[in-house]
Amino acid sequence: MIGIITALIVLVLLVVLFVGIYNALVRLRNQVDNAWSQIDVQLKRRHDLIPNLVETAKGYMTHERETFEKITEARSKAMGAHSVAEASKAEGQLTEALSKFMLVVENYPDLKANQNFLSLQETLTSTENKIAFARQGYNDQVLFYNNKIQMFPSNLVAGMFNFTKRDYFEIENEAERSVPQVKF
Amino acid sequence: MWEQIRVNKRNSVILLGLMGAALCGLGFLLGFAFGGGPDAGWIGIFIATCVWLVMMLVSLYGGDQILLASSRATPVTEDVHPQLFNIVEEMTIAANLPKMPKIYIINDPAPNAFATGRDPQHASVAVTAGLLGKLNRDELQGVIAHEISHILHRDILYVTVAGVMLGAIVLLSQIFFRGMFYSALGGRRYSSRSRGGGGAQALIMILAIIAAILAPLFAQILYFSLSRKREYLADAGAVRLTRYPQGLAGALEKIAGTNISMESANKATAPMYIANPFRGKKAMNLFSTHPPIEERIRILRTMAHGAGYRDYNQAFEQVTHRGGVIPPSAVKPDEQVGLRQGDASAQPVSPKHSHRQVGDIMRKVNGFTFIPCACGLRLKLPPDFKSRTVQCPRCKRTHNT
Repeated sequence: MIGIITALIVLVLLVVLFVGIYNALVRLRNQVDNAWSQIDVQLKRRHDLIPNLVETAKGYMTHERETFEKITEARSKAMGAHSVAEASKAEGQLTEALSKFMLVVENYPDLKANQNFLSLQETLTSTENKIAFARQGYNDQVLFYNNKIQMFPSNLVAGMFNFTKRDYFEIENEAERSVPQVKF
Repeated sequence: MWEQIRVNKRNSVILLGLMGAALCGLGFLLGFAFGGGPDAGWIGIFIATCVWLVMMLVSLYGGDQILLASSRATPVTEDVHPQLFNIVEEMTIAANLPKMPKIYIINDPAPNAFATGRDPQHASVAVTAGLLGKLNRDELQGVIAHEISHILHRDILYVTVAGVMLGAIVLLSQIFFRGMFYSALGGRRYSSRSRGGGGAQALIMILAIIAAILAPLFAQILYFSLSRKREYLADAGAVRLTRYPQGLAGALEKIAGTNISMESANKATAPMYIANPFRGKKAMNLFSTHPPIEERIRILRTMAHGAGYRDYNQAFEQVTHRGGVIPPSAVKPDEQVGLRQGDASAQPVSPKHSHRQVGDIMRKVNGFTFIPCACGLRLKLPPDFKSRTVQCPRCKRTHNT
């Protein structure tokens, strides 16, 4: 009798442990997916911001036609990209074009005195930061998730239910590897 | 990596258990001393437990509101300070928090900040107007990252609950001393039964007095020493989020450089702030709520190779010559976290400019309207301004309000 009860208690404890680990894994996987979608949200925000920015700055920066063209071109490329590789390349170009734009802004004191532009500038800085932090946050989350599915005992549950390792977000451009800072 | 959260949670539970035990012990001794027997001691435990539970529930479901209200923090909308909202959102993303914390501004010219709440879903961040006026973007980011780390590490819950426990123990010992005072005044005996075993009764009485003196002291030391360690951990977390130790270091330098105390802070809320809100007491002792700010700055300035927990730990050991501050389970030897470059063109904020900005933020929080005049002057109208038009004092143009 006592043997049966002990066996039952052990069984119940095992089931509780199992369910706990499984739920933790699902939660972690959802967090990874969520962090990934956050990157997309921020990239889209940048796309929405550009027309407004170009419109405001164009009137002041008459000699920078080339810079604007590069920005607009990179934006439409990024928005129309079909594959992830294509998109990440175009986004890289966009980041580059925008940071160049922010450098030449220094030469236009009238623009820098424009209240409307100043608030756009803050929005752009913040959007660039959010993109970078979203990538960083995704990588942190992936590290945590990958650790969990490799460690005992959660690796047993992960193996049973096909929780697979996720890849880190890698940035191809070496200059972009550090969090890009838009300089004003 | 985030095992640190688990370590923190476990420590919190242990401390809360200790606090509860201390409270029960005190209740038992008080009941024993006043009621004159073990039965009354049990009643004492019962009352202490009730106090503990009520305080716990209040702190869980209303603690953040109590603390925010007692610090005179006002909830603000995005248009009051868009940059602050942007930075909080950036850090929320970097930390993978499920929800952006609510943002409050405290109308105080002393630079400081704190976070409160129950869990990441119910969290708030409060910053003073002085902080917003004095810091540049990178520095403000460092401070917000520090507060977000407190939320991430669940320090906010711990500090709120531990603070309430501390309050309960102090309250009980106050009741005890008053009870003693009044019963001595009335000349009453402690108990009719005490005549028989006067020696034992006196011994219990002395023990009760010692306990009543020591318990609040002990609880306070424990509470404050743990909150010091949490500040280092939140600094390490902030660097890990921003990848930029110089930002937080610069912010702390500016905070240390001001010699005004916060008017809206008190003894119970002091451990919540990023830096001690009181000025004048320099000496580091057992009751300090914060580690010396110079030491925190030196640790941050020493970090030159990476922004991970391991790098912070190394800098900590190098500066303080003490053992590491990060729980070993959180330090991964192979963790590589790079640093980033700061905003090179960040202009130093002039004292006059920052003073003016602090005033503007305080007016915005209080519902002032701003009207820019063509002559370059900005009219600042209080919310109770009734007239429909206003004249610019410099160029005499009239504006509609």
